Amino acid sequence: MKRLLFGLLITSMLLVSCGSPAGSGPAAAPNTALQLTPLPTDVVPTAVTPPSGEPRILTVMTHDSFAASVGVIQEFEKSNNVKVNFVKSGDAGAALNKAILTKDAPIADMFYGVDNTFLSRALDAGIFESYASPLIDSIPDEFKLDLKNRALPVDYGDVCINYSKAYFSKNGLAVPASLDDLIKPEYKDLLVVENPATSSPGLAFLLATIQKYGDPGYLDYWKALKANGVVVVDGWETAYYTNFTGSSGAGPQPMVVSYSTSPAAEFAYSKTPLNDSPDGNINAPGTCFRQIEFVGILAGTKNRDIAEKFVDFMLDVTFQEDMPTNMWVYPVNPKAAVPEIFTSYSQPAIQPATVPANLDEKRDSWIEAWNQAVLH
Amino acid sequence: MPIVNFRKVLPWLAPSIFLSLFFFYPLTRILALGLDFSFFQKSPHFLSQTLEILRFTFYEAALSTLLTLVVGLPLAHLFAHYDFPGKKVLRVLTAVPFMLPTVVVAAGFNALLGPRGWINLGWMAFFQLDRAPLVFIGTLSAILIAHVFYNSTIVIRLVGNAWASMDPHLGDAALSMGASPRQVLMGITLPLLRPSIFAASLLVFLFDFTSYGVILLLGGPRFATIEVEIYIQALQMLNLPAASLLSLVQLICTLGFSAIYARYIVRVTAAIKPRAASLNQTRPRLKGQKLYVTGMIIFLVIFFVLPLLALPLRSVSQLEANRADLSQVKQTVTFDYYRELFVNRNDSLFYVPPFQAARNSLFYASITVILSLLLGFPAAAALARPGKLEKWLDPLLMLPLGASSVTLGLGYILTFNRPLFFSQFTFLTSPMLVPLAHTTIALPFVIRSLQAALAQIPSQLREAASVLGAPRWKIWLYVDWPIISRAVISAGAFAFTISLGEFGAASLLTRPDYPTLPTAIYRFLSQPGGLNYGQAMAMATILMLVCGLGILLIESFRLPGSGDF
Repeated sequence: MKRLLFGLLITSMLLVSCGSPAGSGPAAAPNTALQLTPLPTDVVPTAVTPPSGEPRILTVMTHDSFAASVGVIQEFEKSNNVKVNFVKSGDAGAALNKAILTKDAPIADMFYGVDNTFLSRALDAGIFESYASPLIDSIPDEFKLDLKNRALPVDYGDVCINYSKAYFSKNGLAVPASLDDLIKPEYKDLLVVENPATSSPGLAFLLATIQKYGDPGYLDYWKALKANGVVVVDGWETAYYTNFTGSSGAGPQPMVVSYSTSPAAEFAYSKTPLNDSPDGNINAPGTCFRQIEFVGILAGTKNRDIAEKFVDFMLDVTFQEDMPTNMWVYPVNPKAAVPEIFTSYSQPAIQPATVPANLDEKRDSWIEAWNQAVLH
Repeated sequence: MPIVNFRKVLPWLAPSIFLSLFFFYPLTRILALGLDFSFFQKSPHFLSQTLEILRFTFYEAALSTLLTLVVGLPLAHLFAHYDFPGKKVLRVLTAVPFMLPTVVVAAGFNALLGPRGWINLGWMAFFQLDRAPLVFIGTLSAILIAHVFYNSTIVIRLVGNAWASMDPHLGDAALSMGASPRQVLMGITLPLLRPSIFAASLLVFLFDFTSYGVILLLGGPRFATIEVEIYIQALQMLNLPAASLLSLVQLICTLGFSAIYARYIVRVTAAIKPRAASLNQTRPRLKGQKLYVTGMIIFLVIFFVLPLLALPLRSVSQLEANRADLSQVKQTVTFDYYRELFVNRNDSLFYVPPFQAARNSLFYASITVILSLLLGFPAAAALARPGKLEKWLDPLLMLPLGASSVTLGLGYILTFNRPLFFSQFTFLTSPMLVPLAHTTIALPFVIRSLQAALAQIPSQLREAASVLGAPRWKIWLYVDWPIISRAVISAGAFAFTISLGEFGAASLLTRPDYPTLPTAIYRFLSQPGGLNYGQAMAMATILMLVCGLGILLIESFRLPGSGDF
């Protein structure tokens, strides 16, 4: 044991005394002396003989929920002789904030995961360079929110209310068909939502109610929801796994603000094969909010050429078809097939709410007023 | 400041360079960028809101600290004075909560006290109720109980160590001269324990004061501390000026508490000849003692073990299909979630193999232990006999504990995103930044634990050795070291747990290619589905095991020359 301690002591002293290992550049290769264990994916590119020397490194900054298949990313790496490094930087808000803070010396070449509620913030901060990808023409206009193509849409998801099928059938209760229904006495104490100040689905659902009832009408609606026993928690993890009846947490509320695809995910990630998803989602007009996620090339990148290629790759069919079951979102490219599990167990939103034009100037005051009405 | 000679500055060299580079510099940079006092005019409500939040933060922190002392002191006494079967394991178990991610602790409490928890379900079945009678989640009590659950270990270890090596002859002498046990407690025991009680209270208070996960998850959105508000302003509203102002308020408060502590601690410290801890420990013999020890063990099990037990239980229990109807689901035991941890189901790029996550976590934790001990030791030694310089530096050392981790994290991003000074090395992209950041948090802990122990060594012991002709290093080796080695072990265990449990998302960048156990837990919990939930619980159980075994190993170290203290 002493020996181990001594070994660690020496290693740590070395690390302290020489802050600068041989590898240079912003994305220095992992120092092998650190004895850390990188994931096997790091090793893969060396197995492929690169067509022209060392692979270049593309750094993609993203939020914690980003996911993709090894094979798909490898396909891009192989054909372009590139190693893609992903840097995860917290949830969507935190990640964007970090990208804005570092815009003078960007730590990445591109950023994926700014959504439509934060988009204008990102554009105003000027963190993105325009790139008119050849694939942008094939994407429906409803997703293209930046006409200068600084931020390009990649995927969308609907924030909708999920419900536990068993609870509703057992109690002979009809599934609510509108926001109005939720304030009826038969649904008392049945809904859990997220705080819009700390959670992105929480903000999305608040925006859906603002679109429906206007400002300040939404506040009266929320007061009625409060009187009807709505439960507010800090974030999605708590709402879904602690409070929601239809998850493994088996909590007390049979309805939760989540995503339209969560019932499909419940089906896919079941330990024992199921005949049907235990949950469903409400998709009635005006009850959902559509989140669109964007990718952009960070201003000042030295790898603009590969960054462009990766943007194209993200918009193309292979990545678009890989994305749904990794991140539980819908592809924006109409050529990409939506997996069967989505069509069987999730209902896409009908006439979902979208981002209001004055969101950026109103966001804080809406949340503050909501806070006063619901939490005090 | 007066000119200080080199000898006095020397012990401070390494810790101050370290803290300047990895704490003060990034903090100054982010505050300089964000601070904007014209902000007051722009939002008139800011001041009154901040005062309200500040009031609640003080209130919950003071109340939590008090309760932690009420729970921790008897337990410190128990561990210091009695020998009983299972003592080692129970002592380790009290430290495990300290590093568990809040999501996981919340799940544990929920399994026990939630609307569908065991207690409520049992109560409902017994009294034929159709609604859960006990409301726990979302109350101030939940916040307080979670704080006590998290932080009791600080009191148990800091005060317990001092108590264990206190010479019982003083009390015995007083008793034989007719003092009542109460007089002994108030007149001898407590005064002698004051330095350690104060150090523990300060640490606990600062942890509660900057509390964030517990408030959000267990208290719910009706409660906000300064740190919660900083998080909302900085990362959700993207309002840096507000976040910076709040961070400054929090820093000033921390500095205030630490300054008061530093002034007071010198006056209450009395150095008394210590005694080997093992000599003070007995097996409970009298009937009263047995009753006391048994009672305390039962309390320990209920308060610490049951919420922890909920996780391993959930990680092996299967719960499927008809989830609305819990009463009819047969819960069967399964190890599938553990098996599933080793499978990369849909070929995910961010799949985390459990062994690698455990190895990375352990590696970061070891570096943190070694670095914080190396840096903390000289500083603690100097602080134990404070001169003018130390009185100035002392409050500053506690700042890393009171600084907002969100603000500091943004400061790191802003500072280390480019090569530092003349080197070519960018810290931000290096995995080494993680243990360095952990060390800034662990350092105040290590310094406080060691300082409390060092201050108790009577100077006569050193003087006697010196008169007899022992050189400085020999005095240190044969006088100081044996007495403080126990505190060194404790300090190391704290640094270890701090590093193991820290989840970098709020403060740093997560590097998916160097996953740790907490990041793996969060990865599972961020997606819906029974398998994800089960695997998160399985991973949390592994984290608990790794942490428990790590502490057990550290605490069973016999440092050379440590004797029995």
